Amino acid sequence: MGQKSEAGLDDRFRRFGTVGFTGITRVNDFIAHLEEGRVAGTRCRDCGQVFFPPCADCRSCFSRRMAWFAVEGEGRLVSWSRLAFGPAGFQEDVPYTIALLDFGGYKVFGRVDRAVSEEELAVGLPMKVRVERLPGDRLSYAFVKA
Amino acid sequence: MRRVAVIGVGQSEFVRAYPGSIRELAFEAFREAMEDGGLKPAAIDASIVCSAPEYDRQRSPAGVIAEYLGLNPQPTFYVETLCSSSTTGVRLAAALIASGQHDVVAVIGFQKMSEISSAESQERMGRGADIQWESPFGTMMPAYYAMYARAHMAAYGTTLEDLALIRVKSSVYGRLNEKAVYRKEVTPAQLADPKDRMAGPVASPLRVGDCCANADGSSCLLLAAEDRARDCRKKPVWLLGVGSASASVNLTGRDLFTGLSVAREAARRAYRMAGVGPDDIDVAEVHDCFTIAELMAYEDLGFAEPGGGRELIRNRATYREGKIPVNVDGGLLSKGHPIGATGGSQVRTIVLQLRGEAGAMQVKEPRIGLVHNIGGVGLYGNVLILGIE
Ligand SMILES: [Zn+2]
Repeated sequence: MGQKSEAGLDDRFRRFGTVGFTGITRVNDFIAHLEEGRVAGTRCRDCGQVFFPPCADCRSCFSRRMAWFAVEGEGRLVSWSRLAFGPAGFQEDVPYTIALLDFGGYKVFGRVDRAVSEEELAVGLPMKVRVERLPGDRLSYAFVKA
Repeated sequence: MRRVAVIGVGQSEFVRAYPGSIRELAFEAFREAMEDGGLKPAAIDASIVCSAPEYDRQRSPAGVIAEYLGLNPQPTFYVETLCSSSTTGVRLAAALIASGQHDVVAVIGFQKMSEISSAESQERMGRGADIQWESPFGTMMPAYYAMYARAHMAAYGTTLEDLALIRVKSSVYGRLNEKAVYRKEVTPAQLADPKDRMAGPVASPLRVGDCCANADGSSCLLLAAEDRARDCRKKPVWLLGVGSASASVNLTGRDLFTGLSVAREAARRAYRMAGVGPDDIDVAEVHDCFTIAELMAYEDLGFAEPGGGRELIRNRATYREGKIPVNVDGGLLSKGHPIGATGGSQVRTIVLQLRGEAGAMQVKEPRIGLVHNIGGVGLYGNVLILGIE
């Protein structure tokens, strides 16, 4: 991607989500992984600490040597909420559902796919994560039933 | 370390839209606190100004407020931890006094939510969480507390009817509080009737009636060292314990979803410092920005076991005549929640209760009171324990 910010920095991350609030981060390869259909976190090459959302720095051992890993398999639904009102930029989107999945070693926060109705949801429900392409060349991910 | 007391308290009325500027709003609470404590501005050694940022047009509000209150050339500074800003101010003031740097410090909390347009407010709401990893999904404060409510219901069988009982209790005391923004009665039937405004959906499972209202308002607390406190007009109310904690913003960094870890940790620290436990508390003010927040506070503070919170409200144990009266001033749900002023208002209520000056809301002869004030969705937590001799 040839996108550059005003300061000449790689701002690919601006494409993440329905509305982007920040474009500059040292984990902007997150976007490259989404492009290839993967939701990815990072693992410290020195101590093995796992991070989702991905981190560029390890707060356990202070290493900067990170490897990407794909979020795979089933997570358990920790909780969710269906919003009747949204903030600026999301008003056209309501109602939509945000949720948290627990994959054991890490958790993932995101949206529940629109095809899943609220009646189908229950705490503990196995779900998996799927990359979503949004209008305007934007990228996100959503949870579907496993 | 010197002992610290609250020697003066003040609060503006909490209203939908204050017809004045932030400095004038701050003055409303300051005047009341100074009259309460019988002090002149020269007696104040330093001021700490507290609000949630980005609602104020004025950058660095401490400057204009200290000027308007007549608190130059004494030092002043601004502090924020969102909705717990003014109890963070109390913690810093107490440290400045205990260390001997100052003798009397004013903690001024304010928020003029109506300072910005509703469009600007909607925009700020979108940036209330982790803007890199959560806000792009369209998150809002009520939805996060709603996720805690859902998890609590699944784990312990707490019901929407239990949450409604908390709103009903709040309205009983909101009607008695002349400074509250919402003073109407709320009945369980209203929250159960899908056609009633109170039952309207906000973020499932939370309804309109489960959420506090925005408000404009200010609070002011005067804190003093022991030797100064003894000479004041009013009986000093001692700050016996202060506990603070933080947690990850992003829910992915948390393990507990049926309570707030910051509240548990801050309470543990405050109880230890004060040398008391939950059974010693005679009256409490908890951060009920949502009904579920009050229910979780019962458990996080040790008034009930985890999962036992609903029994307290079902048995009316948190009413004024109950075992542990909670939010008998109407709480955030009825008073309204002018973010930076809220913690100071909670402390004011406890001080008035301990002095026996709480009027129609007075609990019978309380000796020890507690304040639980939370910033963000369990991001920052402060617990204060206050007592009277
Ligand atoms: Zn490491």
